[in-house]
Amino acid sequence: MLNETKAGKFRIQGNTILVTIIFIFLTAAPFFMSSFRMNMFGKYMCFALIAIGIDMIWGYAGILSLGHGVYFGLGAYCMAMHLKLEASGGALPDFMAWSAMEKLPGFWKPFESTAFTLLAVVLVPVTVAAIIGSLTFLNRIRGVYFSILSQALAYALATFMIGRQEYFGGSNGLTNFSTIFGCPIQSTQTKIILFYCTLAALILAYVGCRFLVKRRIGRVLIAVRDAENRARFTGYSPAVYKVFVYCLSAALAGIAGALYVPQVGIISPTDINISPSIEMVIWVAVGGKGTLVGPVLGALVVNFLKSLISEQFPAFWQFFMGGVFILVVLFLPGGLVSIKEIPAKIKARKLKKEE
Amino acid sequence: MDLLLMQLFNSLSVSSILLLAALGLAITFGLMGVINMAHGELIMIGAYTTYVVQNIWKSVFPESLFDGYFIASIFISFLVTAGIGVLLERGIIRHLYGRALDSLLVTWGISLVLQQLVRSIFGPTNVSVACPSFLDKNIEVIGMFSMSYKRLFILALVIICCILIGLLMYRTRQGRNIRAAMQNRPMAASLGVNTARCDALTFAIGSGFAGVAGCAIALLGPIGPTIGQSYIVDTFMAVVVGGVGRIVGCITGSAIIGMGGPIFEFFTTASLGKVLIFIVVIIILQFCPKGIFSISNRVLDE
Repeated sequence: MLNETKAGKFRIQGNTILVTIIFIFLTAAPFFMSSFRMNMFGKYMCFALIAIGIDMIWGYAGILSLGHGVYFGLGAYCMAMHLKLEASGGALPDFMAWSAMEKLPGFWKPFESTAFTLLAVVLVPVTVAAIIGSLTFLNRIRGVYFSILSQALAYALATFMIGRQEYFGGSNGLTNFSTIFGCPIQSTQTKIILFYCTLAALILAYVGCRFLVKRRIGRVLIAVRDAENRARFTGYSPAVYKVFVYCLSAALAGIAGALYVPQVGIISPTDINISPSIEMVIWVAVGGKGTLVGPVLGALVVNFLKSLISEQFPAFWQFFMGGVFILVVLFLPGGLVSIKEIPAKIKARKLKKEE
Repeated sequence: MDLLLMQLFNSLSVSSILLLAALGLAITFGLMGVINMAHGELIMIGAYTTYVVQNIWKSVFPESLFDGYFIASIFISFLVTAGIGVLLERGIIRHLYGRALDSLLVTWGISLVLQQLVRSIFGPTNVSVACPSFLDKNIEVIGMFSMSYKRLFILALVIICCILIGLLMYRTRQGRNIRAAMQNRPMAASLGVNTARCDALTFAIGSGFAGVAGCAIALLGPIGPTIGQSYIVDTFMAVVVGGVGRIVGCITGSAIIGMGGPIFEFFTTASLGKVLIFIVVIIILQFCPKGIFSISNRVLDE
């Protein structure tokens, strides 16, 4: 028993060290990286932000969402609409003119305001998540049923965006931005500012979520994950907690989307469809669900490898990804952060065999 | 009017293909609690098997026997995908019982690998099979509305498969064992049902029917490595709406998704149709969270 608590304490410390190293590395990144690589890491940090959100619902509350691309996409599209309006400077955005639209649709109007956009980036995903969440969790739709629904949601939204060429740019998405809040989007200075904004958002999200999971709400979420009915009988309402955490994770994905758009310069329905949504889950699984450092590590490592491998051998990437996914879930359910526990596990197994 | 009838008929054949795919998915899900994300890839492999059989048949048999390839490929597709299903079940999925969400992720990994494998072998471009001449006809019904033999054949094929699966589940000893394991696995096991064999068998049959579905899809258009993906979401929705573990649930679910989508699309637009069908599914699940037809039991935690 004593040994166990000791090991537990060590693990928390180990993870704290790991997360400090990651954040120091990221803070220093612009000083030694080329502008291109830095931009890439900026993108990965957006992904890490989504991964923290997914970990909150999957690792802590046991809800597997296969459609988080939806919330990422909503945040990203809100931001992209604002940037698009800024780029067109009062004229009709180019793709609308191509689709023979005559005037700006009404719901685009408010996105001319910066304050509204920044609010919408969070509020739109949260509203959608609150509606979907309360319709499903209150009715006790859970487990794989919820996963399938969330997947269908991603599919429905992507199809909708593709079909609405005149409103959302169809399968090309929204692109060709020039400025963000008045600063030229291509300049190195803007890129560095965006990089640090993303880093700040990531650190805030990490600290905030850590604060939450150490409090009672974190305990209740874990209780809901492990024995939902028992939590209900004890007097907690699992649905309320689930809706809350689902909205929280949607908000994180939305913010990530808003930071992603100016750094990458495009958002299209391919980025929010089923495959990218499941990829987001892969980051969490590879890094280690149920810890907060795991998803950050997973998102950074997997995406870095993805860039490396798909630059060299494009065909190999899908094999690699599929293979890693199978191996991690089968043999390393705790993800990368649990690697250090492997020797102890092997030892335990040996002892068991000897008995 | 003609157009609407046409649309209805086409969506009927789409629902029948969905039904074929959903049957396999629903019984494996009902029995083992495993959502097989690679099911779409099994459909794709079925379609590619048809393509391979066609090419081999062409080089071995004389021209006059060419039409026979399709009948043969239905059986060969079934066997090939059933074989792959058994391999997957014995090799990987067996280790994941009771971890439904994990099995979902692992099978997604498998689907990525299978997709890339087929892409490496056959290339990324679409291939197509020649429609056998006895199916390459239409019946003129009224005006513009005509029913193609292909789609009628698929309909008949699906009905036969449903009857076969119904007979298997409700008229044989093995089927009774499967249903017993579905309702209460430990109880069935302690009464002497070999549940491991049930699992392997069910998975094989489910995968086999996915192969047959692939065969049917090959008739309708060109096939590519990602063709399974385009069916899998609808198939899952059909299973969820219809409920797990009963054939009648599958039929209802496939009908709702397969017919509902195109009908909405007919009256609105293709993009709005998908959103509307999603809303309908959510509404249905408000009233029956486990699908329209589900096996009721009194187990609280599953």
